[in-house]
Amino acid sequence: MNIQIRKFYYGDIPEETAGGPITNVSSDEKAWPLWEVFIRSKQGLDHKHVGSLHAADASMAIENARDVYTRRQEGVSIWVVESKFIHASDPADAESLYEPAADKIYRHPTFYDLPDAVKHM
Amino acid sequence: MEIYNLEKAFQDKIDKEIKIEPKDWMPEAYRKTNLRQISQHAHSEIVGMLPEGNWISRAPSLKRKVILIAKVQDEAGHGLYLYSSAETLGTSREQMIDDLHSGKAKYSSIFNYPTLTWADMGAVGWLVDGAAILNQVMLCRTSYGPYARAMVRICKEESFHQRQGFDALLVLSKGTKEQRAMCQDAINRWWWPSLMMFGPKDSESTNSDQSMKWKIKRKTNDELRQNFVDMIAEQIKLLGMTLPDPDLKWNEAKKQYDFGEINWDEFWNVVKGNGPCNKQRIAARQKAHEEGAWVRAAALAYAEKKRLRSTAKVA
Repeated sequence: MNIQIRKFYYGDIPEETAGGPITNVSSDEKAWPLWEVFIRSKQGLDHKHVGSLHAADASMAIENARDVYTRRQEGVSIWVVESKFIHASDPADAESLYEPAADKIYRHPTFYDLPDAVKHM
Repeated sequence: MEIYNLEKAFQDKIDKEIKIEPKDWMPEAYRKTNLRQISQHAHSEIVGMLPEGNWISRAPSLKRKVILIAKVQDEAGHGLYLYSSAETLGTSREQMIDDLHSGKAKYSSIFNYPTLTWADMGAVGWLVDGAAILNQVMLCRTSYGPYARAMVRICKEESFHQRQGFDALLVLSKGTKEQRAMCQDAINRWWWPSLMMFGPKDSESTNSDQSMKWKIKRKTNDELRQNFVDMIAEQIKLLGMTLPDPDLKWNEAKKQYDFGEINWDEFWNVVKGNGPCNKQRIAARQKAHEEGAWVRAAALAYAEKKRLRSTAKVA
């Protein structure tokens, strides 16, 4: 496949027309690990994934998450997990994993057509 | 699956408005286009802190100072959301920062213009953030999931940026003769660069179809620019100021404003690094990065020390 993209976006200037030196500066500095951030927006609700950030350790990750993801009272509790510990299902397996549930409509209450006389069910 | 089929399946998903997620198969060009766009957007947020940070210590009141600090802090946050999104496409934070500092990666040219007076803080909020919001609202529906989610969060926060800018100009517009002149001067200097933020004319950008087809972008540069002109041409009436364009006038037939030609030579000159502040901006970023190196190293060393201490305790 050979598609050439040369569309200009907001602040998006193709390299060949942009000028300036094109060099790869490789830094030998060791990077802070990546963390995934989960926030409970309100007491009683689940923690929900909101994004990720870099931090040297867990306590710094929580402090950074507070600054980056809760500047407007978006949360009352923060979880952080180092991203390397997250295991995810493969999108290629989606069919075999989730398809079997599609034809089991009897698992839903609406499958059962009961007389109107039945109350509180 | 054959590549052809993968591409077809990919396009089918896009057509059905199903978002693309990091682990999904995607054409290499889609990945690269998104990566370039998201990282440039992130760099714009980060560099965008510089012209405003300049005015924090000189804000005319405590109220304006806390507002400006909050706005600059938001921009740092927006940069971080976007860097995280870009990282899901398989690059590292270090690589992106290196690319910015070496000049390989670009950021929005608007930040290569200087902020000369306090009124510029109002004009930047109203015009520059106003232009950015039109792009960002569109990008909330972009096809790449992590980018769209970051944009939703950004849009929620960005509206305050534009409103505080207009509010600051409104105060100046009701002030002394000198304050009104300062307000008009800032608008005069920021108007054309703001229009340039939407990029070259559609007729100049040859392969626009692909990114519209991939729904990375849903409106063209010219469409967005027209929306912006129509919006600002009305809002400025409330300020009692004028836009520096003699050709600006309402077109009753088209139900939109006609406006004059942008100075494209200036546009390309600034893009190529010859704007008023290109060198200062990059120099400021490099300096901050270099001077922060020991902090980053110390934080890692301290984390390692704590880790060793806790494992020693367990043993």
